Amino acid sequence: MEDLESLKTQIINNINSALDIKALEEIRVSVMGKKGILTEQMKGLGVLPLEQKIETGKKLNVLKAEFEQALNARKEVLETAELNKKLATETIDVTLPVRPETQGRIHPVSKIYEEVVAIFGQMGFEVAEGPDIEDQFHNFNALNMPPNHPARQMQDTFYLPHSANEDFDMDKSYVIRTHTSGMQIRTMETKKPPIRIIAPGRTYRSDYDATHTPMFHQVEGLVIDKTTTMAHLKGCLYDFVKAFFELDEIPVRYRPSYFPFTEPSAELDIGCLKTKTELKVGAGNDWLEILGCGMVHPNVLKAGGIDPDEYQGFAFGVGLDRLAMLKYGIPDLRTFFESDVRWLKNYGFSPLDFSSMTGGLSNNGGQTR
Amino acid sequence: MKFTLSWLKEHLDTTADLDTIVNTLTKIGLEVEEVTNPASGLNGFITARAENVRMHPDSDHLHLLEVNTGSEKLQVVCGAPNVKEGLVGIFAPVGTLIPCYNEVLKVGKIRGVESFGMMCSEKELGIGQDHTGIIELSSDTPLGKPAAEVLAIDPVVEVSITPNRAECLGVRGIARDLAAAGLGRLKPLNIPEINGTFKSPISITVKCPDACPTYVGQYIKGVNNKAESPKWMKDRLTAIGLRPISPLVDVTNYINYDLARPLHVFDADKITGNLTIRMCQNGEKFVSLEDKEYSLDDKCLGICDDAGIQCLGGIMGGAEKGCSPETKDVLLECALFKPECIARTGRKFGIESDSRYRYERWVDPKSNVWAAQYAAKMILDICGGEPAEMIVCGKEDMPEQVAYIRPSRLKDFIGIDVSAEKIIEILNNLGFKTSVEGEKIKAVSPSWRGDIEGEHDLVEEVVRMIGLDEIPAESLPHDKFPKPILTPRQNNIVAVKHELADRGMYETVTWSFTDSGLAEKFHKSNQPEKILLQNPIAADLNEMRPSILPNLLLGAKNNIARGYPNFSIFEVGPEFYGRHPNEQCTVAAGIRVGQTSKKDWEHSARTFDVFDVKADALAAIAAANGPFENPQITRDAPAYYHPGRSGALRLGKNVLAYFGQLHPLICKQFGIKGNVVAFEVYLDNIPLPRNTHDKAKKKIEMSAFQPIDKDLAFVVNKDVNAANIIAAAKNADRNYISDVRIFDIYEGDNLPENKKSVAISLTFQPKEQTFTDKDIENLMNKVIVEVSKKTGGELRN
Repeated sequence: MEDLESLKTQIINNINSALDIKALEEIRVSVMGKKGILTEQMKGLGVLPLEQKIETGKKLNVLKAEFEQALNARKEVLETAELNKKLATETIDVTLPVRPETQGRIHPVSKIYEEVVAIFGQMGFEVAEGPDIEDQFHNFNALNMPPNHPARQMQDTFYLPHSANEDFDMDKSYVIRTHTSGMQIRTMETKKPPIRIIAPGRTYRSDYDATHTPMFHQVEGLVIDKTTTMAHLKGCLYDFVKAFFELDEIPVRYRPSYFPFTEPSAELDIGCLKTKTELKVGAGNDWLEILGCGMVHPNVLKAGGIDPDEYQGFAFGVGLDRLAMLKYGIPDLRTFFESDVRWLKNYGFSPLDFSSMTGGLSNNGGQTR
Repeated sequence: MKFTLSWLKEHLDTTADLDTIVNTLTKIGLEVEEVTNPASGLNGFITARAENVRMHPDSDHLHLLEVNTGSEKLQVVCGAPNVKEGLVGIFAPVGTLIPCYNEVLKVGKIRGVESFGMMCSEKELGIGQDHTGIIELSSDTPLGKPAAEVLAIDPVVEVSITPNRAECLGVRGIARDLAAAGLGRLKPLNIPEINGTFKSPISITVKCPDACPTYVGQYIKGVNNKAESPKWMKDRLTAIGLRPISPLVDVTNYINYDLARPLHVFDADKITGNLTIRMCQNGEKFVSLEDKEYSLDDKCLGICDDAGIQCLGGIMGGAEKGCSPETKDVLLECALFKPECIARTGRKFGIESDSRYRYERWVDPKSNVWAAQYAAKMILDICGGEPAEMIVCGKEDMPEQVAYIRPSRLKDFIGIDVSAEKIIEILNNLGFKTSVEGEKIKAVSPSWRGDIEGEHDLVEEVVRMIGLDEIPAESLPHDKFPKPILTPRQNNIVAVKHELADRGMYETVTWSFTDSGLAEKFHKSNQPEKILLQNPIAADLNEMRPSILPNLLLGAKNNIARGYPNFSIFEVGPEFYGRHPNEQCTVAAGIRVGQTSKKDWEHSARTFDVFDVKADALAAIAAANGPFENPQITRDAPAYYHPGRSGALRLGKNVLAYFGQLHPLICKQFGIKGNVVAFEVYLDNIPLPRNTHDKAKKKIEMSAFQPIDKDLAFVVNKDVNAANIIAAAKNADRNYISDVRIFDIYEGDNLPENKKSVAISLTFQPKEQTFTDKDIENLMNKVIVEVSKKTGGELRN
């Protein structure tokens, strides 16, 4: 048994000093393999007397367990070392940039459309749509603007003859709609009061400078029922500008104005701060015109087939592009329509930036990349 | 419309300051656009006297003076030639901002002598152009007074006058509105009697009283048009941007802006025979004073003499009969022309004038006689001369314009309580004649107001005078829980935009117009005709676009030129197929240009190809809830696509989308060298879901057993479409074959010339129990049989 003890010490030493998995395996075979030292000892048990056989057998089993434990422990150490060595060779430069990916953008006009829809949706407005090519009844006449009306000439109208080979008649030709107000009439023709609609869309006037482009976007609003007053007009539009600019309070001023299709008519100014470099909405001593509005003119109700003695309401029109310029600080209207990818990337919005009254109108879709 | 403060005060007796006037104007609907007040730059400038004036010891033109500001005496060096002992002028002490230089004045040292301020010229104050010397005020001017108080400075106010307020195109109308708003009293206008001493040698006949109900002619002989107009008149005209020309012209211009009353003056000696006011003949010629020739028609009103049309009535005078400095005898015209006639002629021939502007809005029909008297007196005062008896053709007549207002209407329509007394007071102040008739107030319009038709107009008058600020703001009553408001179609459009942006494309918006030259090849079979605008803003924006692509390609060209060759842009908007309203459809169109990115360390960049845009089109269809899984794919995309690398996605007869590489000749036309792929999705052709309330999703069967992938390769003719192989394989067993993918296509060695090998990977999904080898073999055999039957393909060994 002295042999066994010394054998054990030697073998454990060998195990613990094995340099790699291969050496360790050789030790295992030499001890516990078919012809291993321990295996040979086990074989020798058979010839021993019963009592001694039991005692020696026990010792050998203990010894075997100890060897196995030592082998496993050493194996784990060696494997970890080997893995670490391998991992060390696998090092890469994690400061390398990621694979190129392009996140797209939503155009500011679409974004503002979604914001405006979210706000007026809250107040029960539906969204109406109409044609870009319009007849003069809907664009002018029904809106209390007969052919020689001075207001009609203030809008630089694009004309489109009814057919390519007919003589041009300015008063009969189609027009490319100069405003979305024609949607007031188209709505009244198809819908009975109560009416609450907004009608966003492209509009066209022959004008081109930093704040005028031959095409721009408006949203028309129309409310018709039996009880809506100018006080509601003021409340509705105040609620709108406050929600739109995402401010708790905003100074507003209504100025009497003139539109042929509303009476009384007004323009809405909001308080702002104008400096040479920036325009800040909501504070300061300057006023900025943002929309036109008024009580629907009785002639317009009549043209839409609605009795002005029974029904009344208000209408308003606001430039979507202008709202975008004010809210998001975009200086030049012309740039909206130039498809310059640098501009689109900078002023566009993440496709995940959805607008809602509860989730927020803008930048609730995380940072844009 | 511009006026000066002193001009306004000619009509308005008021103590209100400029700020109050400006704020009130805006509040009552006469929006102030700009106030130019030179006095605002005069902070710090004070009156002072030059004393102890002597030559600078070291100069032959500079003077030394002691400037007495009333409170101190300061040494100043002055170079003005007109400086002299006792001169009272405007002094800028050290620290004053000098408007002309936009600099703050510092202590100076001029040739060794310190100077503690500056005596100023008009130019330095920014109130005039004179820089020949310093300002000289009267010697009894108190010292130390702010300059703004002693200098005659007249601020200019510019208001925007809406088309319904024609009377405010004259300063008097503005003054009347301000008086009604409580800002003072409207001064009476004194109309002089003109006593003609002889009969007018020129007679006047009106042949078209419908277009010209009243025509007043005042002949004056022996005027001196070389006289000077008075300084106040020239100053006011200059201040509002009109150039003083001669007394006769200045008087007509002045009265036009003072009383909103257009006038015309003929050189009577140039008139051949007598005047006839008549409709023109078709083709009759007229040369305006701007030297343009017009060929008129029978709806134009002409002021004619025996030689022809001398004046386009109410719009513009003629070249021949105008006044010159030599003019001796004149005929002053003060007439009423009907707005419809004036507006129609002005529009038809594109003639703009101050006169037309007023006539087509409203000119007081009862102002012809008194305005002629008023103008004649002015001419006589300035130019001398002797008046003839006035000729008045027609009557100064206007049917009474009556409207009624119910005080209750203010509550019901506007939302404020206004008493009947207050309404009457407001209307009276504005010149209406009011009376109470039961519940209603009757209001007769003054002759200068042509815009009052009914109750709504009177309501507006009351509201603007009370002020919109007085109306409370009341939120619209609405449902506690708002409903979704977008229709399925509107929702689809929003979703398509977000989907395409999410796929890495930038949304753009381009004109609905395009360049008909560039768009020529973009007409599809349903767009045989070019929809050309009558009056495009530019030659290259002359057609309603038949496709969005030309505009996107122009954008592409510009981006490439700016050094950005790789990008993807899309637009959702209208495409027009007819010239009538609603002959348009909504299209989502996009282009991908160049490479997926610039080169990177992993070399992952590649050129955009047909399958990028096919994926875009399918994704857009999917976002719009359309049939994206199994659309029919045909090869008949329009000719602006590459004939072999393009396709159409169809649902029955309807085209859902076109996609493909653009034809190289199209790219060339736009000056684009590289490769462009494009898609157009016809959103209106995507069927809308029948039942939008059913939100339940399709039930999913999740098998407990693992799917198995097996590969097969077929040799088919080269012209066999991949889609047919996939469809055949899927159809082999619709129950257990859950997916079919193509993973290799091979042509070349070991295959006949006209053949290709297509390798597919099949996914078999067991449902009831694990497949046995026999089950799998059966499924594979089914696929082999079906593919062979449908495509002629043979299993490749």
